[in-house]
Amino acid sequence: MLEIEDLTVEVNGKTLLHDVNLEVKKGYINVLFGPNGAGKSALMRTIMGFSEYRVVKGRILFNGEDIIGLSVDERARLGLGIMMQRPPDMSGIKLRDLVKVLSKGQRDPEVLAENLDMKRFLDRDVNVGFSGGEIKRSELLQLAVQNPNLYLLDEPESGVDLVSIEQVGMTIKGLLEEGLNCPGESCEKGKSALIITHTGQILDYIKADRGYILCNGTIMCSGNPLKMLEEIKSRGYEECIKCRLIK
Amino acid sequence: MQTDQVNLKKQAESAAKKKAAFGEDFELEKFEEGSKVSKPIEDLKTLDEDSKRTLLQVGVVPSEEGRSGSLLVLDNAVSHSSLRDKNVELMSTQKALKKYEWLKEYSWKLVAVDTDKYTAKTYLENADGYFIRAPAGKKSSLPVQTCLLLGSNKVFQTVHNIVVVEEGASLDIITGCTAKKGVEEGLHLGISEMYVKKGATLNFTMIHNWAEQIGVRPRTVVHVEEGGTYVSNYICLKPVRSVQMYPTVKLEGEGAVTRLNTIAIAHSGSELDLGSRAVFNAPGTKAELISRTITVGGRIIARGEMIGNAKGAKGHLECKGLVLTDKGSQLAIPILEANVDDIELTHEAAVGKIAKDQVEYLMARGLTEDEAVGMIVRGFLDVGIRGIPEELRKEIENTITQTAFGM
Repeated sequence: MLEIEDLTVEVNGKTLLHDVNLEVKKGYINVLFGPNGAGKSALMRTIMGFSEYRVVKGRILFNGEDIIGLSVDERARLGLGIMMQRPPDMSGIKLRDLVKVLSKGQRDPEVLAENLDMKRFLDRDVNVGFSGGEIKRSELLQLAVQNPNLYLLDEPESGVDLVSIEQVGMTIKGLLEEGLNCPGESCEKGKSALIITHTGQILDYIKADRGYILCNGTIMCSGNPLKMLEEIKSRGYEECIKCRLIK
Repeated sequence: MQTDQVNLKKQAESAAKKKAAFGEDFELEKFEEGSKVSKPIEDLKTLDEDSKRTLLQVGVVPSEEGRSGSLLVLDNAVSHSSLRDKNVELMSTQKALKKYEWLKEYSWKLVAVDTDKYTAKTYLENADGYFIRAPAGKKSSLPVQTCLLLGSNKVFQTVHNIVVVEEGASLDIITGCTAKKGVEEGLHLGISEMYVKKGATLNFTMIHNWAEQIGVRPRTVVHVEEGGTYVSNYICLKPVRSVQMYPTVKLEGEGAVTRLNTIAIAHSGSELDLGSRAVFNAPGTKAELISRTITVGGRIIARGEMIGNAKGAKGHLECKGLVLTDKGSQLAIPILEANVDDIELTHEAAVGKIAKDQVEYLMARGLTEDEAVGMIVRGFLDVGIRGIPEELRKEIENTITQTAFGM
């Protein structure tokens, strides 16, 4: 579904990512670990096509097509959807109106919002004065309407209180498993996801298939996400960097 | 009274050449006086289709559905006046001045005749206009609509309006100012004096839709008494040569409140010099002056002034301007003045282009760039008309959508 090959990315002439290789197969949920400032969000935003991020080298293939030349909206229409960590304030645009536009009249904003406990936010300006948890729920509400094939989730648990985290986690699980009868169907019909997580809390709700560690702008290694998380928790990312140097 | 009038006439004559403080100087001699007589229009529905469309675009409904009364000024003549709701009075200013002796105490009391040559001309022309009064404690359930229509090319229109909202009354007015199809050049001079008495509310919405060579010089002063509320919404989205106005609200009674909203788009060749001024002359008075402007090639000067003369006054001034092309310009000039202590006046001004991250945020949801920009622009203007009655707002939103984006 998503293949990233030797990707090098600059922002304002500064290299943020170099020689990144990563893959998300259809129906797979992959996790991206890494310390602050490693370039995780930059990678996600580059995949989505935000104009700040200039690809200097490499390819991003989505369903076999190189999408680097495509605009953000073209990528969205191909089936990419992002949950941003810090989305901009959209003053004057009510959540209700945005959801309505996105659903093209197909879905009722009220019903969707009800499920996410976001009804009282429908008449608020998108993201303006939203708390951490409210931002996540608003992003999920928009994604639910957008219904992408590949979810790019940038730290879905950050800034969310302990009560809301279950709701956020279960909602994401629901979105990713939509239409599936059993795990066996996921490779054929399932949604794919690339999830950035710091704490790994989201993995309490979602079974991830593969983990990647990103440090200093490049992928250090990949493997079983839960084992990687354990390792990171006990030894930190320093070990990853050393390990890579030895290799 | 006689000497009063002699004095006013003298003052006006002395100001006949006085340039306005701001804006392009129009030579009045280059325009002919608009006709003071016109065939009465019994029913606005009988107007031709073009005229009806012209009226509708400025919120004036020819069928008069949803309106408590209608008055139309064509060039310099009041050509239609009808009233459906007995909770409000509506007639031409000249008729009202003849009917009510007391009205002299309200005429040319807020706007000085010698403010500039435009006020002087309007006084010397003995201009007609609309008089609207809401009697004490009365509330008209529907807005009164008035239309100031330029019907002939290269004429000047002078209008003098007086609005009185008596104690505890409530009134909504929609005024549409526009030109007939084919009228491309002209000058509109409009004096408005509004009185909001104790505990009364006036919601005043003015929609301008002129043509490329028309100059517009409204002069408005509002007097608000104790506990009174004055809300104004000004909307100008279509090309015009030059609009210059600086409506002033004087908060004269304790706890008086005002909110002035301005939304405008400056097209190539347009200069919009739009100000709002609040003067806090009584304790505990409040004002909010909000301006949302966009240039797509024209020049916008967004002025705002708050003068605090009484304790406990609180005001916020917000000018935000979007520049959508390199050819347009935005100039925001906020002025705050505090003349006693215990006053809280703040301002926020920002001019610039649409934030790229906002556009891309919406694009990431699948909207095209144009759709994203359209949504952001509509949202941007929408903030400028918040806090007004729902029904009025819907109409204004429709106007924005229709006139600005052709959707």
